[in-house]
Amino acid sequence: MHVDPEIIRLLAFLIGVIAFAALNAAYLVWLERKEAGHIQRRIGPKEVGPFGLLQPLVDGIKLMTKQLIVPAGVDPVLFRIAPILVMVPAIMSFVTIPFSETLVARNLDIGLLAIFAFASVNVLGLLLGAWGSRNKYAVISAARVVSQNVAYEIPMLVTVVTLVMITGTMNLHNIVMQQQGGFWHWNIFNFSASPLMPVAFLIFFVCMLAETNRAPFDMAEAESELVAGAFTEYSGMGFGVFFMGEYANIVIGASMATILFLGGWDCPFGLFPGVHWFLIKMYFLIFTVIWIRWTYPRTTFYGLLNLSWKILIPISFFNLILTSAMLKVF
Amino acid sequence: MIDYLREIISGTWSLFVGLGITIRYFFQPVVTVQYPYQTLPMTPRFRGHIELVKDEETGETRCIVCGMCQKACPSNCITVNGEKREGVKGKVLTEYRLDFTKCSLCGLCVESCTPKAITFSKDYNLAGVRKEAYIFDLKKRLEAKNR
Ligand code: SF4
Ligand code: SF4
Repeated sequence: MHVDPEIIRLLAFLIGVIAFAALNAAYLVWLERKEAGHIQRRIGPKEVGPFGLLQPLVDGIKLMTKQLIVPAGVDPVLFRIAPILVMVPAIMSFVTIPFSETLVARNLDIGLLAIFAFASVNVLGLLLGAWGSRNKYAVISAARVVSQNVAYEIPMLVTVVTLVMITGTMNLHNIVMQQQGGFWHWNIFNFSASPLMPVAFLIFFVCMLAETNRAPFDMAEAESELVAGAFTEYSGMGFGVFFMGEYANIVIGASMATILFLGGWDCPFGLFPGVHWFLIKMYFLIFTVIWIRWTYPRTTFYGLLNLSWKILIPISFFNLILTSAMLKVF
Repeated sequence: MIDYLREIISGTWSLFVGLGITIRYFFQPVVTVQYPYQTLPMTPRFRGHIELVKDEETGETRCIVCGMCQKACPSNCITVNGEKREGVKGKVLTEYRLDFTKCSLCGLCVESCTPKAITFSKDYNLAGVRKEAYIFDLKKRLEAKNR
């Protein structure tokens, strides 16, 4: 029997991507708890396995053994598909992320667009789950998530449009290839295109935090006022899948920042580019995301919207205009 | 306009200062005590339940069975019993029972004891499922400690 090698390749990548997402989700929780511990000058998980390394496994087993409660009065369909709607787009996004020059499942010409399209489904999942839960905390949380995402998608996309104007392509592989050869070629230091590129990176990073609902923008899951926000009615693995989806989204966000601004798999000194550099940059960004969470308190909702509409959006538009002028002049 | 920009820049800077503080904490050694693997020595004025003091010369209790502690205790936790023995001056302690379930750690017993025969112990690891577990025989406790 003849099997198309392309199918085998795709299957291998599918399994690889799911394994990568799941492993990351599990061990980012561990990293988060360890890092939070050390920032607060305690140890964090340490009992299960050396350095608490088996903790995610035990937590996973605990979540899986719990009963999946579907409360009376919820929308049975929406309530059940919502976690999947958060998880699946996150995994799909991995398909087009180039980890190195050769390591990519599908090199799409519109990879950038595809990822941002998938990323917005995440919000839909949270919204449907919260709406389906028929819980007032969840609905308040959903309203916040949506307005927050609308507010932060604009500066993020404007920044990305600026970047696409500079690179002239939406193919992630080509975007990285343009930044090869040392850190002075990276888009974050591309001063010839726009002197505001580091600011653009900062805007992108802040929007990424808001899009993934991470602290200090975790209005969706503001425990102190909304119990658990959109996840209030979820138990066991229903909650677990939401949780994994969130961490997978953080990985995607950090990967995108790496690809768009930090030169992807390029080595800062022009030596030995490869997947290891991609992972180093990505995990450094994830470390920063966690570091930010354990540094700042949660913002108020108005502060959050003010930051977007009054600061991020004007600056990103200014950068867009400046870049297009610079591209035209030089 | 200038104020707007100044606020953005100073605000961003203050965020980076905050990050600097937490990362410094991140690399400093942890300060928590890993109880129960590690324990801290108890402070000298800690009040555990009372216990009998060992007399350094005889190795026995200093108690002269005067019963002052029993009288002083407002909660009637203490029961002291003694007997006369041949060739021994004064009474000999036969039983010192403390009902710790009622003790309020007020310290009146320790204060009222002239020969300083009782003191507060440093024992804080107490756990039990029955009330009887907290009726201590302090004489036996002292003997067990001496062994
Ligand atoms: S400390 Fe107070 S309550 Fe406790 S045994 Fe002594 S006198 Fe009684
Ligand atoms: S007051 Fe002191 S000496 Fe008197 S019976 Fe109590 S413990 Fe013994």
